[in-house]
Amino acid sequence: MRFDLKNDALRKLNQYLHENPEKQVAVRNPAGRHNIAVGIDADIDVDIHGHVGYYCAGMNQNSRVTIHGNAGPAVAENIMSGCVRVHGNASQYAGASGHGGTLIIDGDASSRCGISMKGIDIVVAGSVGHMSAFMAQKGHMVICGDAGDFLGDSIYEAIIYVRGKLGELGADCVEKELTPIHREKLASLLMLAGLDHSVEGFRRFGSARDLYHFDIDHAGKY
Amino acid sequence: MARQRSKQYKDTHMPDVISQRPSATFPLDVLDEIHRAADQGIYEIRGLGAKRKLPTFDDLLFLGASMSRYPLEGYREKCATNVTLGNRFAKTPIELDIPITIAGMSFGALGAHAKESIGRAATLMGTSTTTGDGGMTEEERQSSKTLVYQVLPSRYGLNPDDLRRADAIEVVVGQGAKPGGGGMLLGQKITERVAEMRDLPTGIDQRSACRHPDWTGPDDLEIKIQELREITDWQIPIYVKVGASRVGFDVALAVKAGADVIVVDGMQGGTAATQDVFIEHVGVPTLPAVRLAVEALQELKMHRKVHLIVSGGIRSGADAAKALALGADAVSIGSAAMIAIGCNRNAYIEDYKALGTLPGYCHHCHTGRCPVGVATQDPHLESRLVPEQGAQWLRNYLSTMVLEMQTVARACGKSHVLNLEPEDLTALTIEAAAMARIPLVGTNWIPGNNQT
Ligand code: SF4
Repeated sequence: MRFDLKNDALRKLNQYLHENPEKQVAVRNPAGRHNIAVGIDADIDVDIHGHVGYYCAGMNQNSRVTIHGNAGPAVAENIMSGCVRVHGNASQYAGASGHGGTLIIDGDASSRCGISMKGIDIVVAGSVGHMSAFMAQKGHMVICGDAGDFLGDSIYEAIIYVRGKLGELGADCVEKELTPIHREKLASLLMLAGLDHSVEGFRRFGSARDLYHFDIDHAGKY
Repeated sequence: MARQRSKQYKDTHMPDVISQRPSATFPLDVLDEIHRAADQGIYEIRGLGAKRKLPTFDDLLFLGASMSRYPLEGYREKCATNVTLGNRFAKTPIELDIPITIAGMSFGALGAHAKESIGRAATLMGTSTTTGDGGMTEEERQSSKTLVYQVLPSRYGLNPDDLRRADAIEVVVGQGAKPGGGGMLLGQKITERVAEMRDLPTGIDQRSACRHPDWTGPDDLEIKIQELREITDWQIPIYVKVGASRVGFDVALAVKAGADVIVVDGMQGGTAATQDVFIEHVGVPTLPAVRLAVEALQELKMHRKVHLIVSGGIRSGADAAKALALGADAVSIGSAAMIAIGCNRNAYIEDYKALGTLPGYCHHCHTGRCPVGVATQDPHLESRLVPEQGAQWLRNYLSTMVLEMQTVARACGKSHVLNLEPEDLTALTIEAAAMARIPLVGTNWIPGNNQT
């Protein structure tokens, strides 16, 4: 099934995707429109040819959405399952509060990538901006390039892997040992994204868990 | 007083060692708080709403009908209470039998029995109840005919399946008890079930964000609302809830962002756990908040098109009727609903004492050791609230409120509670007159009006 957003209304596209859609859906001329392909719950492939605005593939379940262009803010926000791939760069809040599924960004991601993530796996082939993985609760973030300042601020149990340079770490985020279990998970995520980096070049970061219970001696970190 | 003491000193030649003159600057409660802060090194965290004296709906009175207009007969002439909410864009607006809804309270802050009691009572009364921070539980979906699903900054438990099975969505920007603040749930209430719903480790002190993770400002909110509409195929209404502070701006911006319904929560609104300094010192009382919200809607010619729900310290049918007379379409109750199902009830005194309080003074929801089984996850304490009993209490209380509203509305000659209007009110104090823009009783004076 094909949609051309130059002529077809966004409402028509999303309604179609919610009602027993065909296995393959192609969308042309997205022209930066917001809310393209949101709320899908179907085992289908959606290819969007061009740049998208806010919340593309938001709350996705089961489908595979590929954006052949750049993505605006909060691509794949609150994704539950399935996979969203951005062939270009992604703006801020990519994968925000994602509960599951996978987000792969072939370019760079802006600030607050993976904010409040709750189980999503995010692989960024390039670099991420500041405050990425802020309050990250669960899931994995793989950063093949550099990470901006305050990575993993107030992080809970999410796990971050970084290959490139680091800015200042966020509050309660610390480097941890890359154990065999972590190497295995990292290797599987790199393979999923089609990236052939060696896991040896990565460092692992997670929570020091100092902020889990209020302690007057940590007041300065709050 | 000082003179008396000097006389005593002269008479007895004893040092004046027992002075009982309290300080206005440092009264006993302030001394206690300074000592507590010095001991603990952290602000006080507590539940419920503002305890300080604030201007309330008590400062307004109804002008019952007499010669110039006639009242309605209580037994024969109907006074309707139904209300439709959210028909600006939604295909399926909310239809309620009464204009009193139940505010968002989280599973986590409240136990499952409390949530079930509330859901059952709301359903029996033909009104809606609301989820809270932490997502939707099966119990509350099953027990609530009309359920409003909150989208909060934390996004705990948020998922599209629950969005689609909700009857309305409420985007929470702020809360009256803490406009500008995020949520808190202390470790003792993060049980395994609560932790699982929130994707958090069990037993940690949990902080929720104060801003949404994927939008900032009204332009983004407009796109966010459109996303929620697209996901739910434009079926259900979208509410926007704000804590009362800059009410006029917030209401106007929520209208612009595309809300069907705006919820304005005044500073008397309750909380499960918030810093006392927030509860007592941030926000605007409900009385002026209603008027500011209605004025903003009227200015945009959207009054009664975008619906207004007012909450924050609503306690009775009189309070609700006054909010409606000022222009609200419905009110929402949270703390009062908790009180109806047993909060601060005079029972289990020893357990109140163990918390360092007594019935009537308890604000210890944050501890998870609620003596009456309302704000707890402890199975033993929770068993003290039987959902059927809780539902009956809340149903009785809501019925009483409705009868009170109808009594007042009929006295003012109204065949529908929504026909109450500012002209039916008079203000008892200059402050209330200024805040509600209602003439001071016995005058036509509204302080602050340019003409007077
Ligand atoms: S009685 Fe229970 S619900 Fe009421 S204030 Fe105390 S802890 Fe909270």
